[in-house]
Amino acid sequence: MKPLPEKLERLLATLEALERSDRIQLLIDLAGTFQPVPAFIAQRPFPPERRVPGCESEAYVWPVPSDGTLKFYFAVENPQGISAMSLAAILADTLSGVSLEAVAAVPADVIYRIFGRELSMGKSLGLMGMVNMVRAAAHHELKAAEKD
Amino acid sequence: MSKNIEERGYSNADVLVSTDWVEHHLKDPQVRIAESNEDPLLYSSSHIPGAVEIDWTRDLNDPVRRDYLGRTAFEKLMRRIGASPDTTIVLYGDKNNWWATYAYWILQLFGHTNAKIMDGGRLKWIKENRPVSRDLPHYQASSYHASERDDSRLRAFRDQTLQHLEQKRPMIDVRSPEEFRGERLHMPDYPNEGALRGGHIPGARNIPWGRAVNQEDGTFKDAAELRKIYTEENKLRPEDDVIAYCRIGERSSHTWFVLSYLLGFSKVRNYDGSWTEWGNLVNVPVENPSAEARDEAAA
Repeated sequence: MKPLPEKLERLLATLEALERSDRIQLLIDLAGTFQPVPAFIAQRPFPPERRVPGCESEAYVWPVPSDGTLKFYFAVENPQGISAMSLAAILADTLSGVSLEAVAAVPADVIYRIFGRELSMGKSLGLMGMVNMVRAAAHHELKAAEKD
Repeated sequence: MSKNIEERGYSNADVLVSTDWVEHHLKDPQVRIAESNEDPLLYSSSHIPGAVEIDWTRDLNDPVRRDYLGRTAFEKLMRRIGASPDTTIVLYGDKNNWWATYAYWILQLFGHTNAKIMDGGRLKWIKENRPVSRDLPHYQASSYHASERDDSRLRAFRDQTLQHLEQKRPMIDVRSPEEFRGERLHMPDYPNEGALRGGHIPGARNIPWGRAVNQEDGTFKDAAELRKIYTEENKLRPEDDVIAYCRIGERSSHTWFVLSYLLGFSKVRNYDGSWTEWGNLVNVPVENPSAEARDEAAA
């Protein structure tokens, strides 16, 4: 298994060292840092192909090429979708600008290291869907680069 | 705009309270407000002042077996939140009160009948700009003594559900039409709803749980609208022996609540094994309209 991108691994180590209540607090604080997609990238109505399948918080992902890597932008349309906002902030911060191979190798079940095992199936599917969209974008860029 | 709860014609209107009622009882020592959510971060991010959290996984489920907590754990939970058998537990939460009605159903398994649901749930409270807090309340521990859990009246197990099917008794699948038809979710590499087979239990009527809710504010529809859905369109009768199911029993607890309390059905059970059990069972009957349609197209 490939090592996770360094910044993501550092955050996971921090989260895993915390008591549950402190971990939740940190995740809420991270949700507070979430920056919705800027208007120069996308404006409502957002295209359905950017919507994360299975995410009931109505999250969207935009991968934007940048120097051979991708910068990730997100929207979370449910104002109560705090877990989705937290994950969006984490993915945008720890995977933007990282090598495509490393992003493509991030496992979807990393969400359990972030949020813990106590997620409902519906919530798990939505959050994993966000990670999978990011991974798929990296895969797509890698394939496109192979063709060039 | 929803009518006042007492004007909606429910069989048991006293199981619902409004957001107004809750705001007026924030400091009532006889009332314990409890939030139950799907999103694990929501309660800690803000909640009704004084509300405790009842977490559906950590507090209500057995940590090892697929089952609910036993009497001792239930007593521990109620003691932790400072509740006595006389305390009115008012539940609310995200997802239009899915998890609140799920917690309500489990309270009933232990006979704690003094419980209510806050109509409209968390979203209505927030939309109305009512007060919220991040402070964790502390209540003096109580000495709650509970009865043993009684599953017989309100809970259906696999064999009972199979028998129910064979006897052609009414069954409600409260999942979405797509789940009911056995269409795949769009998640690659994941089986349908955590089950090896998609579809539904033969004979089940598909009445999605959300039909019982007003979309604009998450409140329950009035009794006349609910009767139209359940008794007129779907020919259910209040005296019927009904089993409701979904994926793991959370959405069907919402329908169980609607039928049992708002419409006064006398025998409704929640099959909490639901599709994550049935769709994995060997050699039980399954109807899958989407697979049948694919087969016909291929023939």
